[in-house]
Order: sequence, then structure tokens, then C-alpha cells
Amino acid sequence: MILKALSEARGVSGDEQEVRAIIRDAIRDVVDEAKTDTIGNLLAVKHGTGRDRLRVMISAHMDEVGLMITGHSSDGLLEVRSVGGLDPRVLPGSLWDVGPDRLPGVIGIKPIHLLENGESEKVADIENLYVDIGATGKNEAQKLVPIGTTGTFATRFREMGPTVSGKAFDDRAGCAVLVELLRAVAPVTCDIHAAFTVQEEVGLRGAHVAAYAVEPECAFALEGTIADDLPKNKKGTSPTTELGKGPAITVMDRSFMADRRLLALVRDTANELKIPYQIKQPGVGGTDSGAIHMSREGVPSITLSVPCRYIHSPVALLNLSDFANTVRLLQESIMCLSRDTLRREQ
Amino acid sequence: MRALIRRLVETNSPSGNEETIRALIQAEIEPLVDDLRIDPLGSLVGWKKSTKSDKRIILAAHMDEIGIMATYIDEKGYVRFTGIGGIRTLTCVGSRVIFANGTTGVIGMEEKSVRGRSAPSMNQLFIDVGATSNDDCPVGVGDAAAFVRPLVTQGTRLISKAMDDRIGCAVLIETLRQLDQAPHDVYFVFSVQEETSLSGARTSAYTIDPDMAIAVDVTDTGDTPECYPMAVNLGHGPAIKVQDGGMIAHPAVRELMIESAKKTSIPYQLEILTGGTTDAAAMQLVRAGVPAGCLSIPCRYVHTPSEMVDENDVLNGIRLLLAVLKQG
Repeated sequence: MILKALSEARGVSGDEQEVRAIIRDAIRDVVDEAKTDTIGNLLAVKHGTGRDRLRVMISAHMDEVGLMITGHSSDGLLEVRSVGGLDPRVLPGSLWDVGPDRLPGVIGIKPIHLLENGESEKVADIENLYVDIGATGKNEAQKLVPIGTTGTFATRFREMGPTVSGKAFDDRAGCAVLVELLRAVAPVTCDIHAAFTVQEEVGLRGAHVAAYAVEPECAFALEGTIADDLPKNKKGTSPTTELGKGPAITVMDRSFMADRRLLALVRDTANELKIPYQIKQPGVGGTDSGAIHMSREGVPSITLSVPCRYIHSPVALLNLSDFANTVRLLQESIMCLSRDTLRREQ
Repeated sequence: MRALIRRLVETNSPSGNEETIRALIQAEIEPLVDDLRIDPLGSLVGWKKSTKSDKRIILAAHMDEIGIMATYIDEKGYVRFTGIGGIRTLTCVGSRVIFANGTTGVIGMEEKSVRGRSAPSMNQLFIDVGATSNDDCPVGVGDAAAFVRPLVTQGTRLISKAMDDRIGCAVLIETLRQLDQAPHDVYFVFSVQEETSLSGARTSAYTIDPDMAIAVDVTDTGDTPECYPMAVNLGHGPAIKVQDGGMIAHPAVRELMIESAKKTSIPYQLEILTGGTTDAAAMQLVRAGVPAGCLSIPCRYVHTPSEMVDENDVLNGIRLLLAVLKQG
């Protein structure tokens, strides 16, 4: 399963080459063109069969949140800063793979025996956390891990019945959906421009230039999104999305408003084929669609997501039937998509 | 003019849901323009060609309005929501909203969890649509609604929801009506999604690739009790933007507007707005950069359901735009 390889690959924003290589291999035989652009996006094309072919962009970002090594303490510990939205609450006690050779590291925590009054209630700033690679001094640490090296959570992919767990499902789940789509779909009438983008977690930068290059007429962004379907203290709180209830469709988030014609297409397709789906809690999060929809003359866009619990932490959970249904809903929607979908009544 | 303003402000079209207002404006401008189109994101663009000049000028007003979107329906049928654009919770309580399917809702507040005199947070508010359960709730997650508040006229004051920026749309339509001959190609852009991302004006400006762009939008005033200081007063004339939270107006555009106002003896005020911005901020940064400015209609209580403008500022705004077009 490609999701396993993608989840375990290293790909902190700006350092996505390992993920890109896996995807390139996986889609080589099923696309007509593939190239890596200047910023590092992998842009692939699967030509359609029609004459006047709609240009459809489907994006998923390859990067993940992680750490960058910014210095070395005199004891040989690694000073770090977060790349993307890393939650400091989940860092103490976490295991890390540092650098391309996956040097094992840990972010340690003071033993409970030594805590002073109130100390256990505070969350340490990332400035006060260090990755310990077992180096004996500054020189050794500098030699092993130069400044600028990135680190990822050292989480193995695991199967848990209908559910799987792993790191970086945001957005390797989206990447895996897009790979599966390219493999599964027979040529459709439109041209599919698959964009595996970089640097989403630090500001949608890859998608920005990818959309400019592709010049699509409409776009789908694929994501692994928040599922907060956990016991709640407060009533009347949305779970954002729920595991097992099907792909999540975004109507509005902090980055864009979904195009209503594409919304209708996806919802009608799901209803007709009885594919379960859910509407993601509006107003939360942001995706590559935020950059893509504003490109050039404007690009009608929509975001589809696989619900994932615990994203931006060392381990996330997703449901394999949600994953399969996301691939299916995307595929069926693309097959129904044409210029007529985007026609406006004037 | 008042009839037009009434129809514009009483139309419900929050950002991303501009179909209704676009149809209304399209019907108004179709006989007045040489051609029109709807851009990929939904902005309506109508233009008048000039025989004398190939300069392109954009006048932009946004069609969308702030609103709310349902985020969760609880087991008793109460609707939780989030803002579309900048919503203040203080002005939500007791307001009514209307969804596209005609359902009206009342915004209520969790009385016990809002303590003392503090403003409620968005997640302490809910919409009551009269439902008794999740199953019979006529509203679903992702449905958008606009605030309900019809136009009231009192002397020269006009009060309604969505003056921001339907009053700008009215100014553009009326300017278009009174413009016999366009000295340059003039593009009237009725943009979408200003309140959420400025995406509509940005993308339409990319397509048009203009030599100059002017947004027409509302701005705050500094003439209500204990408000933040601001040198703009309701009824003292349209405001020529110097700067706001998102842009510094191009000095040439600003001066063009000032000169035009002086020459034609139109009262005007200079505007410096500390927070917030307009479509001009987005248009300024399109392609290789566009000289951009903004003509503002002073408006009290912006982003509440009762926005108040003065009719004289509106009429003078139209005169000023016409003067600018003649001069530019």
C-alpha cells in the first residue's frame, strides 16, 4: 500500500525529495508527462480523450510539519525550530529521525521526580526543547547534524483493523489518493494535471507557482484533514469531521470559498452513487486551494479530504474505507466533469 | 436611486454565494455597457470602450456581503455557525439571518456561559430556526445565510445591512448610467469574495491588466461617541483613501481624485483607516503592479446589520468618479 511508504518517507517542508521520488516511481507508467519544477513540485499530466479538453488540476502536498536543526548546545544537544504548525504539547518524549540518514534522536523530558510546583502544568516552548542524538559534545553533534538539517517524527505505519496509523497523513493521505486516482482512472475527457506540491505547511508556496504554471480551469485539492470526533466537554461542538463517515467536502475554510458548481458536482455524484460523504466544519484550516483559486484569472476550486485524527502530531489515524471512498468519489466526479459543469446561467 | 439602493441592499448574497446579486446587477448594467462577462470566480465585469484611448481603467465594487455559515446542527436542531467575513459577536445576538432556502433564524446566546459584561465568543452563539431536532432542521452544515435588515431612510441617512458594499455597487451603476462617453476603456468590476479574501478583484484585475484601478467601498467614520479617532465624518463628502490596513494608495491616483474634486467643487475628505482594507489592495499587486486608489463612502457601524451612510456622500461620490474619468 503506497500510503505506508509515503507516510514513512521524510518530507519536511523544503526537503521533500524522498516523497517525490516515491511518487515519481509510483506514477511513472500511468501518466503521459512528469517533471519537477523549480520549487520542487512534481507536476504530472494524464491527457484526456476529448478534443477541447478541460484543464483540471488536482493537488496534494508532499511536505509535512517537522523540525529544523538551528544550533548545537555545548553538551551536544540539537537546538530546533518548528517547520509548519507543530504543536509544542506533543514534543516532549517524542522520537525523531534526523537528516537523510535517519539518525535516531529523542526530545527528552525532565523526570517526574524532579518537577517543581506547577511545572507539570506548563507546556515548554520549542526554544527550550532539544533533540538528543546521544552525541557526547558539540563537535560530534556538529559533525553528525549540520545546521539546516530537518527532522521528522520516527513513526512507523501500523495497521489497526479498518484503521491505520502513521505520521504525516496530512497530506500523504492526499498524495496517496492522487496516486491511486492516476493508477485507477482510465483516460477521461479532461486533461488531469496532478500537482504534488511542496511547502504547503509554511504558506501554500508550492501550489502558488504550480497553479500559475498549470493554468487550470478548475482545481481539486486533496487533504488529510482534522477529525475531532472525540469525547467533548462542551455541548454543541462540531467534530470537524468524523472517521468512517466518508470523504470530507470543504465548503469554506480560512483560505477560500469552494466553487458552488464543483460542490454540486461532487455532492450529486456522491448521492447518486451512494458514496458516503460529510461536509467539513466550515471556517477551519486552509489548503492549497487558497493559493490555487487566486491564480491568474481565477480558478474555481474545491477541497476533498480524508478525515484523520491527531494531525500535526507524531501519529494520526485514518479509516481505510474513508480513504477508498475518497478515491472513488474523486474518480467518479472527474469522470462527470466537463465544461458544462462550469457553465453559468447568464 | 433610492429604489436601486433598496434592491441592492435587500438582496442576500454572502461571499461565495453571489448568484442572486450578480443577476440583479447584470440586468441593471447590460443595457449600459458595450459588453460584459462573468469571470471564473464569478465576478461580473461590464465595460465601455473608448474610441480615443486604449488605456484601461478599473472601477471595482464588491457584490458580496458578510454573513454566517452553519458549522454544526445539534440534536435539538440548534445551528452553530461561523462568520463569513468579519462578524462581531456583539452585534449578532438578537439578529435575524436568512438562508438561501428562505429559512429565517434568530441568533441566541448561551446565557450561563457568557459571564458578566464580556462579549460572547462565536462558539457561545447559536441560531434558532424553530426546529425541534437535528432531523427536522431545514439547515445543513455548509449552508450560508445573510443578515436580515431592510433599508430605512431618514432624512439623508440611509440605514441597512450590506451597505458594505452594495452602496459601492450603486455608485458604480449610477456612474455607468451617467457616463455618456468613456475617455478610456472603463471596466466596471462587481467583484466576489472581497469580505473573505479579495479573490474576485485580484483575479479580474489580472485578466483586465489595467493602467489604473479604483475601488469604491465603504469606510469607517470618527464621529460617533467614544469611537476611535478618525478624520472622516458622515455627510462631509466622499473620502479619498490615503492609506488603510492593506495598502497605501498610489499618490498619483490620490492626487487625481483630489484635483478632480477641487475642480468641480465636490466636497471630499482624506481617509486614513487603521484597520481593514479593500479590493484596491489586491488589485495594486496584480502582475507588474497597478496604480490603485479607493473612493470611500463614509459609513457608520460597518459590519453590523445596521450600516448607515449619507445620501449626499453617495451622490457626491458619483460626481467625483465622473470627474475623475473625465480628467484621467
